[in-house]
Amino acid sequence: MARWTMTLDARFHVDRGDFSLHVDLTIPQSGVTAVFGPSGCGKTTLLRAIAGLESNCTGYFRIGGEVWQDGRRFLPPHKRPLGYVFQEPSLFAHLSVRRNVEYGLKRLRPAVRRVSLDRAVALLGIGPLMDRKPHQLSGGEQQRVAIARALAVSPAILLMDEPLAALDMALKHEILPYLESLQRELDIPVLYVSHSRNEVARLADFMVLLEAGRVRGMGAVGELFARLDLPLAHRPDAETVIEAVVAGHDEAFALTFLDFSGGRFTVARNDLPPGRRARLRVLARDVSLTLERQTHTSILNIFPAVVDEVFDEGGAQATVRLRVGDVPLLSRITRRSVVNLDLVPGRAVYAQVKSVALLN
Amino acid sequence: MPDEHDFAALWISLRLASLTTAILLLIGTPLAWWLSRSRWRFKFLVEALVALPLVLPPTVVGFYLLVALGPHGPIGALMEALGGAPLAFTFSGLVIGSVVYSLPFVVQPLQDAFDAIGQRPLEVAATLRASPLDRFFSVALPLARPGFLTAAVLGFAHTLGEFGVVLMIGGNIPGKTQVLSIAIYDHVESLEYAQAHWISAALLLFSFLLLMMVYGFNRRFSRVQS
Repeated sequence: MARWTMTLDARFHVDRGDFSLHVDLTIPQSGVTAVFGPSGCGKTTLLRAIAGLESNCTGYFRIGGEVWQDGRRFLPPHKRPLGYVFQEPSLFAHLSVRRNVEYGLKRLRPAVRRVSLDRAVALLGIGPLMDRKPHQLSGGEQQRVAIARALAVSPAILLMDEPLAALDMALKHEILPYLESLQRELDIPVLYVSHSRNEVARLADFMVLLEAGRVRGMGAVGELFARLDLPLAHRPDAETVIEAVVAGHDEAFALTFLDFSGGRFTVARNDLPPGRRARLRVLARDVSLTLERQTHTSILNIFPAVVDEVFDEGGAQATVRLRVGDVPLLSRITRRSVVNLDLVPGRAVYAQVKSVALLN
Repeated sequence: MPDEHDFAALWISLRLASLTTAILLLIGTPLAWWLSRSRWRFKFLVEALVALPLVLPPTVVGFYLLVALGPHGPIGALMEALGGAPLAFTFSGLVIGSVVYSLPFVVQPLQDAFDAIGQRPLEVAATLRASPLDRFFSVALPLARPGFLTAAVLGFAHTLGEFGVVLMIGGNIPGKTQVLSIAIYDHVESLEYAQAHWISAALLLFSFLLLMMVYGFNRRFSRVQS
């Protein structure tokens, strides 16, 4: 995963009696950062605070060399160079799709326009919809227009508040590819609020875990999913996300090879071109451990690994955190196996990965 | 058949209603916007004040206005001090009375329309670089359009149908402050039922057509919006 040099700082305090948000964040100023947590944990409030929409909010916000808010200054929302995609599309009902997308663009000084109308329209594939009114669009189309509208203001940061939450599964899958291409093609940092692990695994590079208005943890997605001091690693369907690069294909057996720092994954043939970055998901319960490399086995993906940490889940289960190359990998095995194999931190093992899912 | 006095009364009524509606839309819009957005603790006091003409007998409103606008009242005295004439028994006086009396009929539909928009479209506009004034004109006003039509028609029709306030302030001077509704009263007093019928039926038909248009239009608009 990429290393981040530029960062943005956000410190906010919101008190609303029954709810309070106290966060102090340093997050990369590139790629997609997921703000993840259960509903009511303050994800939306955090985004609204960054946008300047939250009243009774004190704090500090800096992006690049610009301070939007500190003890003395408070830049009003319309002076903050950001794009905001709300959970519901919230298109202006009285304007056509074209006028909706142009609304913010027209209010920009020409000198600060970096994303053209055509570019935003093409990226979200809304060209054929331009002359319609919002009520003539499907929910998925409306949300694509809303994203294009937010992009057209050439934001320094794009804030997305669960943009897929109001859509059903089919529409989610219709929009996700657009979000991925957006990330590949534009160099705009995205703060993406979500309570869906799947979306986070697929889209985000960095992640902030919120709980009851406090930050539980933040870091690279692959690291955070595998941290044993956080709840994600202890779910029955705990998983590790690994970023790899397509190395090539084996046409004879219809396989694709993907390289990462710990070795090479072999998966069923896909259409990704060599060199393309891809996300892999490995469920902890699909990773078994051996002390010696198995040779006569049908399992294709076997990696040398080192035990990092072992966590007793209670009952029969234990979660083992491994290090493969320089990425973490979770393995869910029985406590008996932990004892039998004497799995203690530092022990060298082989991780056998029974199944891998390609996320994009 | 209506006589020349009736046509003069019609002309005065129409002028009065148009002018009152125009003034009310100008004053009522910012007032309704403020009532819709403000979170001031004592906002309810202003709301109660605006709604007062709905429940007060018109003669009460008319009486206080007459006192205020007359030569000894505060507004009348001020007018005199500024070199003008007292406003009681003049067309200007009628306009002031009508503005006060029809205020809730314009402010309340506007406030409802602004309330119905909610906070979201304005927040969206803010994140799209629109300043507060810009948001008001480019988002709030167009989205409140059905409210404006209702407000204008109610304000106009209610002013047209006014009786008590106009009688108190205007004093029923034919050709000057006599409006249609009072002309009907005069005809009935003089047992000229045929003429009273003419004007009444015309007012009835006009009001019905006007309201029909409003409801028809608002129904179409709300269908398009949803």
